[in-house]
This record gives sequence, structure tokens and C-alpha cells, in this order.
Amino acid sequence: MAVISYIEAVTMALREEMERDPHVFILGEDVGKKGGVFKATDGLYAQFGEDRVLDTPLAESAIAGVAIGASMAGKRPVAEMQFADFIMPAVNQIISEAARIRYRSNNDWHCPIVIRAPYGGGIHGALYHSQSVEAIFANQPGLKIVMPSTPYDVKGLLKAAIRDEDPVLFFEHKKAYRSIKGEVPEDDYVLPIGKADVKRKGEDITVITYGLCVHFALQAAGKLAQEGIDTEVVDLRTVYPLDKETIIESASKTGKVLLITEDNKEGSVMSEVSAIIAEHCLFDLDAPIKRLAGPDVPAMPYALPMEKYFMMNPEKVEKAMRDLAEF
Amino acid sequence: MAIQQMKMPKLGESVTEGMITKWLVAPGDYVNKYDPIAEVLTDKVTADIPSSFAGTIKEIVANENEQMAVGAIICTIETADAENTPKAAMEPKAASSTKEAPEDQSGRYSPAVLKLSQLHQIDLLSVKGTGKGGRITRKDVQQQIDLKQEETQKQPEAVLAPAVQAPEAGNGDIIVPVDGIKQTVAANMVKTKQEVPHAWMMIEVDVTNLVRYRDSIKDSFKKAEGYSVTYFSFFVKAVARALKEFPEMNAMWAGDHIVRKKDIHVSIAVAAEDKLFVPVIKWADEKSIKGIAREVNDLAKKARTGTLTKEDVSGGTFTVNNTGSFGSVQSMGIINYPQAAILQVESIVKRPVIIDGMIAVRDMVNLCLSLDHRVLDGLICGRFMQRVKELLEAASEDTMPVY
Repeated sequence: MAVISYIEAVTMALREEMERDPHVFILGEDVGKKGGVFKATDGLYAQFGEDRVLDTPLAESAIAGVAIGASMAGKRPVAEMQFADFIMPAVNQIISEAARIRYRSNNDWHCPIVIRAPYGGGIHGALYHSQSVEAIFANQPGLKIVMPSTPYDVKGLLKAAIRDEDPVLFFEHKKAYRSIKGEVPEDDYVLPIGKADVKRKGEDITVITYGLCVHFALQAAGKLAQEGIDTEVVDLRTVYPLDKETIIESASKTGKVLLITEDNKEGSVMSEVSAIIAEHCLFDLDAPIKRLAGPDVPAMPYALPMEKYFMMNPEKVEKAMRDLAEF
Repeated sequence: MAIQQMKMPKLGESVTEGMITKWLVAPGDYVNKYDPIAEVLTDKVTADIPSSFAGTIKEIVANENEQMAVGAIICTIETADAENTPKAAMEPKAASSTKEAPEDQSGRYSPAVLKLSQLHQIDLLSVKGTGKGGRITRKDVQQQIDLKQEETQKQPEAVLAPAVQAPEAGNGDIIVPVDGIKQTVAANMVKTKQEVPHAWMMIEVDVTNLVRYRDSIKDSFKKAEGYSVTYFSFFVKAVARALKEFPEMNAMWAGDHIVRKKDIHVSIAVAAEDKLFVPVIKWADEKSIKGIAREVNDLAKKARTGTLTKEDVSGGTFTVNNTGSFGSVQSMGIINYPQAAILQVESIVKRPVIIDGMIAVRDMVNLCLSLDHRVLDGLICGRFMQRVKELLEAASEDTMPVY
């Protein structure tokens, strides 16, 4: 099995799906000739041509709107937002149209689109290139939000997203693009959307997180294991709708739960996870449900020390995990 | 730095002295406030002395098994001022960042801890917390549960206090030290045996019906309630009922008069390891078989874990002793001072019995009564025993319902 990077897994999944289904096409800013600013669509323009890999104007509302229209006409568009931060002009299209159309038309119409977007900080990208936007969409029934952590999950989940009959937001952590590598099978496989993955089994504390933070948690868990602290790491993979079953099972088992997100703390995806645990696991809790998240300031700052302060890192994660274990 | 004095606490209303049976700390040990530092004995109960300070044990003043007056200094503790805190002692977990000794959390229980402890009948007061501030964690309880499961595998050896002789320890003989509790038991036994004119009586009871009845409900009861309904519960019930009808039996000698007690509080003897406890089932006459079975179960558990309170062991008016559990078929109990009588329930054995001129195999049990002849006489005891016999022989779902 080949070891490839997170972003190579994105390209691999796109290529395989485009080869499998002629209705699959890509649209976005600089995705064609340039192969995307991060090179996620590198080589696809050359392989599939300009009819299936479309360079669009700098108009995110149009990218989403065109994709929605095409999908309703039988196509399988994969739209790229150059940065998740730029998705804002498309929010009306995504929420008011894509998320609602199946419900509004009583199942006559549906909207099988995928919107990919790189999110997250730690790359010195400042306000407009570092944000986490999942919480904005995470209370819109009709949408699905997938945020994978490993190359293996990227490939299986992106293929599942493209084959899904409803709109899927697929957020890729840009710092993971080249820093995270892993084994990815060459064959065709899909992973279930809406299903969390226990990345490490443990008995003492549970860490629930997603995206890049999964790796921070796994690193810290390895360190803490030497001190006799046995950590379970749950990777949500899909942050909307949440895999309640896995969350409840793991929280009930250890009774000590740490929820980690890089997003601002209040109203984050983790607030909902916390509520699920509070509703279902009261009598199994051995400690208060803990959230480790970004501070409630508008966005990731530019200055390096400030970015460090805002950004999640292995040290912060390790300290929070140890504190919880010692409680 | 400051040296603080720990004094013998007042452990009860009328208690003026106590005996430290075991030190749980040694000089140089670091203790948090409320950490147990020693076990102290009053009557037949041991209790923990919690530390009044956080600091390092400086000097142990009181010796083990030495009577100390309430208020006497038992040890000194060196407490640390903020500036010259000995770092190593203050922070057992050096890895975590600098923080002062956390607030005591030993009495704060999480839902998980409460749920587990209730499910497995773990007494949280006997669990040592390893969490922050001494908080009991889910894992601490889980450890106790595992420990308990191991323990229940081994049956406790039941040994009553041996007769006192003037022994000589020769070559190869082993000298067994006698701790505070054993000494208290021994002193009470001697006092009772010397002071109370004991008389004895034994009857045999046909409990075939009771055996059949109890066997028929044994499994369903265990399944429904989670603990066993033993024969002993039925004997306690029968005795409590008979005591109600014969208040003379529920009495005490008081020098120039006799006190007949209104409340029927049945003491039961429980052997735990090498110790003998006599906890009390209060108002036994008002309780169902289930109620009695549950109390027997709870009290025995507390006795084994050493968590009986003074409340649990005081106020008894009559004692029922389950000598049958050791296989005994006849015994002469020493009365539990200042009560007037003790009833020994012996083993239930199958014996050939003649009924209507025919030989039948019946479940028979001997009941042995020791009585204080100053308070009671053969007539009243005979009637009392006849009544107990009647009640037991007629035991059925109708006469002795479980609920």
C-alpha cells in the first residue's frame, strides 16, 4: 500500500470518481490549468479537459449556484472554495437552496453536490485564510459536513460524498495537506458518512475531536500512555449530523470526556457534542465535560505569537488531557 | 513553617478516651487535610482520625494500643507556609504545573461513582480517592469492586474469641498479638461470664416446611433483590415475633430492678476475619423477611469492611447467633451483656423422626438458649421457646410472607 499525503488522497479520490462516472465534474477558482492554489486538482485538467475541470470567476455565490443547478439537471459537480473563509458569499445558495430543495419539493428534486474547501490555521494565513466555518452550517438539516483527518479517510469519504444523493460540505485541513501522510489503498472503497471512527481504544479518558486535532490527540495519548493514562480518541469524521451512538458509547465508558476543536469555543460543533453527552450520559460521568477550543475572538490573528496563542497544538492538548485524567 | 498538634478527637457523646489501634502514617509522610492518619477504637467500632492540617508528619506521640484521653496530643504535623514550601513534599505529581494543594474533594461524588458504588454496594467512606483533592474516581470504585469480587471468593474464617489461659510460649510456638477490638471482646466476655448466672435450655424444631418454603423462593428472591434470603432471616423474624408476645424475654438486669425494653432490637453475631461484631437489627418485629434479610446482608458487609458505626452496634435487646453456619449442632452461648438471653441457631440437619408411629426423614434444627437466671426462669423461657418452635414449624408463605 502506498504512503501518500492528505492532499494526494484528495486528488486520487477526485480522479477515480471522474474516471468512474462521466457526470462528475469540477469547478472553482484556479482549479483547471493551475491545478488549484494548493494543487488539489493537479493533473485533472490535463486528463479530463476543460469541460470537466472548470475555472470560474471569483464569485463563490456563482460557483455554488452553478453547481446546484447542474446537480439538479443530473450532473455530479464537485465545487471548490479556494479557502473556507471565502464561502460566505455562497452561504445563501448553500443553505437556502442546496440544503432545502429536497424538502421544499417534497422529494421531486435533490441536489447531489460536493463543496470542498480548505479550512484551519497554523499556516500563518491570518484572518481570511485560517478560519473554521463548520459551525455556521452545522445546524442546517439537509446538509452533511465531512471533515476527515487522515489520507485514508479523505479518499473513502470524498468518494462517498461524491456518490451521496444530497449536498455534502467537505472541509479539508490545509495544514494537514502536506504534513499528514498515511497508507491509502489503490482500490475503490468508500467510508460511511455520519459514522465516527475510534482512532485509539482506551479506558481512562475519551477525547472527541476531528481534523488536524485528531493527530494532536493521538500524539498526546502516546505520551500519556507512558504515565499509565489510557486514552480513547474518537474522530468524528462527520460533524453534521453527528454519530450520537459512538459519542454516547465512548463517553459512558470512560466518564471523562475532552472535546477538542480549533474553532471558537462558544457555539462550536463541540457544544452540540457536549449537549448530547449531557442528555444521555449523566449517570456515567465522572468529571465535567471539558472543551478545549479556540478563544472567542473573531479570527486567527496574523502575528506569530498570537497565532500560536489561538491555534491548537499538541502541548495544549496534552495538558488538557492530563488535567482531566487527574481529576 | 509551623508545627501543629493533632489531638485525640472526641468520638462520641460520653467518650472520654480512645485507643489508637493503628497508625496509617509515619513521620515524614505528607498528608492532605482530612486524610486519615490513624485508626481509633471505641467500643467495638474502629474509626479513622482525619488530619486537621495539610503538612508533613513530624512526630508520632501516641503509641498503638495505648489509651489516650480526649484532647491529648497524638502527633505533630509540620505545615508549610507559602514561601518556604518544600517543593518535593508539596507536589507529589511534579509533572503538572505549579499549583497549590487542591481543595479537598473526597466527599464530592460524581454520578458515575455513585452509580457504580450503589450497583455493587461499595461503601464510599472506605474508598481512598486518587483524584484531585482526594476525589474518588470511577476507577477507584472499579478497583474496589474487583477487590471485593476476589474477596467474596474466599469465605471469612469464623472464630469466636478463645478461652483465656495462662500460656507459655515455648520453642516453635507462635505469639499472636491481640489488637484493641479483640481485647474489648475478651474483656466483655470475662465480665459477662463471671457476673451473669447463666442457665441453658435446648429444643429441637422440625423445619421441614420452612426449608421447603425457603427453597421455593430462594432463586426468585436472589434474582429480584440481588442478595440471598437465608434461613437466618426467618429465625430472626420468629424470635422477634415471640419476643413481642413474651416481653419478659426482652429485658435487662439493672442491679436492683429489671428493665423490660419496649423496642425489639435484635443483635446478630457477625464474624469478620478474626474479629467478632454484634451489629443490631433495630425494630426487628416491624420488619418483613425481606427487610431483615437486607439488614443482615448490609450489616455483615459493613462488619467485613470495618465500616460499622457506633449506631450500628448499639441498642440491642436480645441476641440471635447463627452458630449453625459453622456446622455446630449444639452450643452454649455467652450472653451479650447486658441483655438477658442469647439464642443460638444450630445447623439444620436431616434426621429420622417418628411421626404418628412412622419413621420419617425431616429437617431438624436445635435452638439453644442461654439465659440470665436473675432475669428469667425456666417457665417463661420454656414458653418462649415453645412459641418460637410453633412459629417456625408453621412457617409458610401465609404465616411468614417474604414481603
